[in-house]
Amino acid sequence: MALTQQEREERKAFARSKGWQIFAVWFVLTAIVDYLTWFVWGPHMPPGTMTTSAAAQQFDFKILMVLVVPVLFMVWVYGGFALVNFRARKGEEDQDGIVLFGNRKIQGIWYVASTVLVLGLAVFGTYELIANHDMGSGSGPSPIWNYSWAKATPQGAWTPGGSTPLVVQVIAQQWRFTYRYPQFGGMETTELYLPTNARVVFDVTSLDVIHDFWAYQLGVKADANPGVNNVATTETTSQTGKITVRCDELCGIWHGAMYNYGEVLPASSFETWATNMQAANAGVTKLLPPFALTYTPSYSGAGGGYYPSYDPNGHSVAY
Amino acid sequence: MRLSKGARAGIVLVSAAIAIGLILFGIFGYLRTYPPTVAATPSPTQPNTVDLTLQVEGAVGTGPHPQWVGWYAKDAAGKWVRTTIYQVPEKTYVHVTVYEYDSGGPLRNPYWGKVLGTQGGVEYLNGKPVSVLDAASGNGVAHTIDAPSLGLNIPVWGVNGNAKNFCQQGPCNPSEAHNVITFTFYSGNTTHTYRWQCFIPCGVGYLEGNGGPMAETGYMAGFFKVVA
Repeated sequence: MALTQQEREERKAFARSKGWQIFAVWFVLTAIVDYLTWFVWGPHMPPGTMTTSAAAQQFDFKILMVLVVPVLFMVWVYGGFALVNFRARKGEEDQDGIVLFGNRKIQGIWYVASTVLVLGLAVFGTYELIANHDMGSGSGPSPIWNYSWAKATPQGAWTPGGSTPLVVQVIAQQWRFTYRYPQFGGMETTELYLPTNARVVFDVTSLDVIHDFWAYQLGVKADANPGVNNVATTETTSQTGKITVRCDELCGIWHGAMYNYGEVLPASSFETWATNMQAANAGVTKLLPPFALTYTPSYSGAGGGYYPSYDPNGHSVAY
Repeated sequence: MRLSKGARAGIVLVSAAIAIGLILFGIFGYLRTYPPTVAATPSPTQPNTVDLTLQVEGAVGTGPHPQWVGWYAKDAAGKWVRTTIYQVPEKTYVHVTVYEYDSGGPLRNPYWGKVLGTQGGVEYLNGKPVSVLDAASGNGVAHTIDAPSLGLNIPVWGVNGNAKNFCQQGPCNPSEAHNVITFTFYSGNTTHTYRWQCFIPCGVGYLEGNGGPMAETGYMAGFFKVVA
């Protein structure tokens, strides 16, 4: 049955007054939670701020959370309001619910706001994707922004506070990562140690199948492909802390066990550690190959003969 | 007596359920099959030490994959058991003797020629202490015992594949060409199951040596069970 004019006016008045209440509750809650998200929770969001790339990712998460909170609370507040006001009370089970009318102005505001939000996220996401924040994408330094310091080869000795980046070769093998430091005699370790306030170039390769080097707290992730040198870069801040490195590409039965640890140390402590490790590794360092971009196992595979003078598969034998 | 429709349907459903159950039990039973665990035996001469005796050959000679490369362990009765699961007590020194009957070659990463995690930082190759094996020379390295969480890496020197008395299939015996590698490591202060693996992709016939025995417990992958 059609509503009378009086009933229509009552509904409109109801919607107007409750609408402002909903808006007020939503606005206050959003303001409080957004403030807490940005200033209280935000600084503790993963992956942290131990590197410029990690800090950039934390910034992205903060932005997304701050934008998501208003949308989330609009749904929750309106949902809560509907539960309280529109529920069927005892004796009202057979009655129709309240009739709501469309409001073009509010619908228009909603459409425009949604469009602005989505387009804004698209622009922001695109910018954040191409602006690599000192982080190679895992397939070499960004082709858009030229990071001239991110060369894939060692550029002289590394010293604390110097401008020469620290080069670390990440070598993946079923099911372990090792780290070779060409500027420290080519020593190799099973844990990743880095200095504070330093530019770092990771040359990532694999000796067998496809792995993935994911140093979560550094905000660095790069595929480790056999016969390929993937370059990822970052810049550590003054913050020290622990690192966990995981393989992020299903690589076999013990993929889940392919992880190890490391630490960002004060630059002077790192230098001491690296020098000591270099001395401790002298026995094996002389057997390790000089720095090469890839280490390609021979096609002949099993049972030895991994590094012959030629490769029947046609790969260059960089050894 | 003629059974009702419902009774006949019931019999069919119950029979089908039992058959499916038996099939699933068989499948999961097969998938959950593990090789036996061999416990290290207390050393007759050294206090707080257990002995573990192993051998590795190019073809184990038994089981579902007799041509696969794999390991045996000597049980308390002195019998060779094909397994890669070893039980050792916590807070104990584990003295391991490896009889190596397989040929070797260069390591894919020579870093794994370094002895790690043993008492004194060495292993004894035919009685001589060594801390690094140069896999690019001589017979090369045949296999490694690497337990990442124990910090253990033991390169195992290969024998000459052209030796006249080269062992063709296991379990091999000391009259055949072999090397003896011994080392001692500490089992740690906590009970835990540590995985170990060989770092030489030695799965002949598989892509670049990976897969096959490399990916199967009982051949080139196993566990150290550290128990109370």
